[in-house]
Amino acid sequence: MSKRVALEASHAVAEAVKMADVDVISAYPITPQTHIPERLAEMVANGDLNASYIPVESEHSALSACLGSAAVGARSFTTTASQGLELMHEVLYVASSMRYPIVMVLCNRTISAPINIWGDHSDVMAVRDTGWISVFCESSQEAFDLTVWAFRVAEDPEVLIPVLVNLDGFTLSHVTESVLLPEQSQVDKFLPPLKYPFALDPDKPTTHGGLGPPDIFTEAKVAQEVALRKSKTMILKGWKEFGDIFGRYYSPVESYKTDGAKTILVTMGSYSDTAKMVIDDRQAKGESVGLVRLRLWRPFPFNEFCQAVKGAETVIVFDRCFSAGMGGPVWSEVRSALYDVEPRPKVVGLVGGLGGRDMREGDFGYVIDRGREIAKNGSDRMMEVVGVRGEMIKA
Amino acid sequence: MAEKKIKTAYDFTWKNMQVGNIVTDAGSAILRRTGDWKSERPVVDKEQCIKCGLCWLYCPDGAMTPLEDGYYEPDLFHCKGCGICAKVCPKKCITMIEEVEE
Repeated sequence: MSKRVALEASHAVAEAVKMADVDVISAYPITPQTHIPERLAEMVANGDLNASYIPVESEHSALSACLGSAAVGARSFTTTASQGLELMHEVLYVASSMRYPIVMVLCNRTISAPINIWGDHSDVMAVRDTGWISVFCESSQEAFDLTVWAFRVAEDPEVLIPVLVNLDGFTLSHVTESVLLPEQSQVDKFLPPLKYPFALDPDKPTTHGGLGPPDIFTEAKVAQEVALRKSKTMILKGWKEFGDIFGRYYSPVESYKTDGAKTILVTMGSYSDTAKMVIDDRQAKGESVGLVRLRLWRPFPFNEFCQAVKGAETVIVFDRCFSAGMGGPVWSEVRSALYDVEPRPKVVGLVGGLGGRDMREGDFGYVIDRGREIAKNGSDRMMEVVGVRGEMIKA
Repeated sequence: MAEKKIKTAYDFTWKNMQVGNIVTDAGSAILRRTGDWKSERPVVDKEQCIKCGLCWLYCPDGAMTPLEDGYYEPDLFHCKGCGICAKVCPKKCITMIEEVEE
């Protein structure tokens, strides 16, 4: 029997890692991710989890140690946030290019300066091109579920790509919610032992990390890109089988009350919860507005997304960070995804929730109203930022 | 020495690349022609060689090959022309000569 317990999302992740029977945990604590490695270290110290916990001296080492443990075929886990993710940046490319099935949970936090320990999506967006599979959670249950699922997908012999699971710092990582913990036997059924096919073995020598000169580099990168794009088949298969065993089915995009909606709000992560309350409210008042939440961020689910917003006249994208000199990254990608769609909807973007600033119901109400206004009349602002003090007239 | 089946990068497309570019055959470096970019190559004067083997010990590429008669000769398929063998030879019987197109 699975049991229902009250769990902080960080601890739900730790439970998931434990139930996945991980072999190596290599992590360095950083706010707001601290509760994850703290709880895992406790589990290992108490003998509840038979794993190697490597207390590394930095995040660069945290992921580097995972490269080594993954190379010998050990199930490997790390977790970080913000500056920590930036410090491991170069190793992220190595992990995905060498196709090591590592799982990492990020508690999304912004990046200095000014120094700020609170949440937004600046950290993960800075690593969006590193070749990892990337998903965003909205609840503690989803954090548990997607962590278990992440091992399955990363380790699938047809995938072998590391997976990033994103939790909003504080607004999800530190929130205690009701979580349904499954039986160990259910997790074992879903997640077979890791059989990494190229594990380092003195009796069967292999070379990992060879040179890729100009005459082979293009082929190497294209092979990697094709593998990432094709991983979606196994991502979907993983979610289907997860649903069959655990009863909760996931999809690349979540459509919330979008039937016939003329306006669709696009969100990611835990703030979607608040946005959905506003959708309920607006629909009760007779407005034609729904919500689409991107769960799968990489590989970008073009088909599912276009299908989800089909028929909408206006798509309003809410970003929790911006690409300096450009605007919201989700907005710019969604605009690109919808460029060839006929009839093409108006796609407008607003940025908010930076460095942990709350987005309350009224703020999402503003996002919808202002979004529709921009779609109709255009914007006279350099960038649309929710709640910023001071005018932002175009230069 | 193993038979030299020359497999160049151009035999690969993205479709037959190994996952993670991992090399699954041990000792495959011997098959790769890596000696084609040297600007000078070593020539051994056997008249003066005392078979001390220092050139073989110092060669960073394992390209100095011991012969059955005790002498050494460079394997030009792998030799990069660094000149260390000539430098360490106590009899100065290895000369680096300019590599020219034939």
